[in-house]
Amino acid sequence: MTNDPAETRTCLVVDDSAVIRKVARRIIETLGFAVTEAEDGSDALLRCAEAMPDVILLDWNMPNVDGYAFLQALRQRPGGTGPKILFCTTENDVGAIARALRAGADEYIMKPFDRDILTAKLEQVGVVQADAA
Amino acid sequence: MTELEFDYLRAYLKQRSGLALTPEKRYLVESRLTPVCRRFGLATLRDLVGTLKVARDSAIEKAVVEAMTTNETFFFRDRTPFDLFRDVLLPQAMARRAGQRRLRIWCAAASTGQEPYSLAILLQEAGVKLAGWQVEIVATDLSTEVIEKGKLGLYSHFEVQRGLPVQWLLKYFTQIGEQWQIAPSLRSMVDYRPLNLLNGFEALGTFDVIYCRNVLIYFDTPTKADILGRLADRLGPEGALLLGAAETVIGLTDRLSPNPQHRGLYGVAAPVVRAASPVAPPVSQLRVAAR
Ligand SMILES: C[S@@+](CC[C@H](N)C(=O)[O-])C[C@H]1O[C@@H](n2cnc3c(N)ncnc32)[C@H](O)[C@@H]1O
Repeated sequence: MTNDPAETRTCLVVDDSAVIRKVARRIIETLGFAVTEAEDGSDALLRCAEAMPDVILLDWNMPNVDGYAFLQALRQRPGGTGPKILFCTTENDVGAIARALRAGADEYIMKPFDRDILTAKLEQVGVVQADAA
Repeated sequence: MTELEFDYLRAYLKQRSGLALTPEKRYLVESRLTPVCRRFGLATLRDLVGTLKVARDSAIEKAVVEAMTTNETFFFRDRTPFDLFRDVLLPQAMARRAGQRRLRIWCAAASTGQEPYSLAILLQEAGVKLAGWQVEIVATDLSTEVIEKGKLGLYSHFEVQRGLPVQWLLKYFTQIGEQWQIAPSLRSMVDYRPLNLLNGFEALGTFDVIYCRNVLIYFDTPTKADILGRLADRLGPEGALLLGAAETVIGLTDRLSPNPQHRGLYGVAAPVVRAASPVAPPVSQLRVAAR
């Protein structure tokens, strides 16, 4: 993996739980990403306005602007269709997954997740090279 | 556990499953066999060794061997071997078998089923093209415990999230409480059978594609060479063998040769020039979708 800063991929972790953000950050950083955090959807929209990340790990249930509302707002912004979206929630039923996909998520992560799952999902959306992981 | 007891277990496992343990793997034997002791009411590993030496108790023997196998697996593991199946091996085999309309695939160390089911999903996705075809996936493993799990096709949310795209989770699995079960139509495509690769497997017949991934790494060189030679016998003349990322045939057998285009793919070594098939283009003429 390269250390060239221009090549460093970016990931925005959006979750109202500081613990989840910390766990996710630790895993994603070891995969070579620069990680930023946001604690709700409106905070996340601000982060995206500063710099559009390559991938967003997005919690569904959050105060203020939730994951669904965030995604709808993001997709309307210039460059807002760029980031890959990994929806991440404790709602693990078929209905919730289908809803997330309809809303435009690229992948879905059921909580609790671990390093293997996060890595596998980042590979699946193509932001991590399978052979490099 | 004394040095002697450890040596006994090493030799025992080598003979039963092919597992080659280096002396540093003592901790592994201790951590995996201690629960077996508990299960059979034996106080220590010394008692376990004593039992193995004197008694012919197949339940304990089986438990010892199975406890030492590593069953780690996941859907679409390493991805490339499955892209290769979809984009190269399947179209090629279909062209070759257009007459018989019959395909045979073997997962030779299938573990809990993720590998054969990944192939079943790809076959299902190729659906229309395969209508009217008879496709058989034979899945074998030494461990009957993993075979039972494979047959059931029931996976935790951790297991279905490793390698399986979420769209296929929704399409091919049913949620049962906290778990996910693969569709009966896919389950019925896979024929599970217990099989120790150390034993003969001529009776399985020949195959178009064999996946023997991430099992040879546990064996010593003569065992690897022996199994590879016998796998070559199970391949049709144009058959394909896929090994794990850390496995090769090089230096082990001249019956098989690596495909120059695709890492991890091996074919039966051609001793003489073969006539070009009129229907099946060689691998080199087919492109694999760039990833
Ligand atoms: C690490 S798993 C590999 C699973 C799958 N092929 C993959 O690549 O994901 C290795 C499997 O080999 C099986 N195995 C070990 N020794 C064997 C033997 N002598 N004969 C048949 N299977 C064996 C184990 O039970 C285990 O399920």
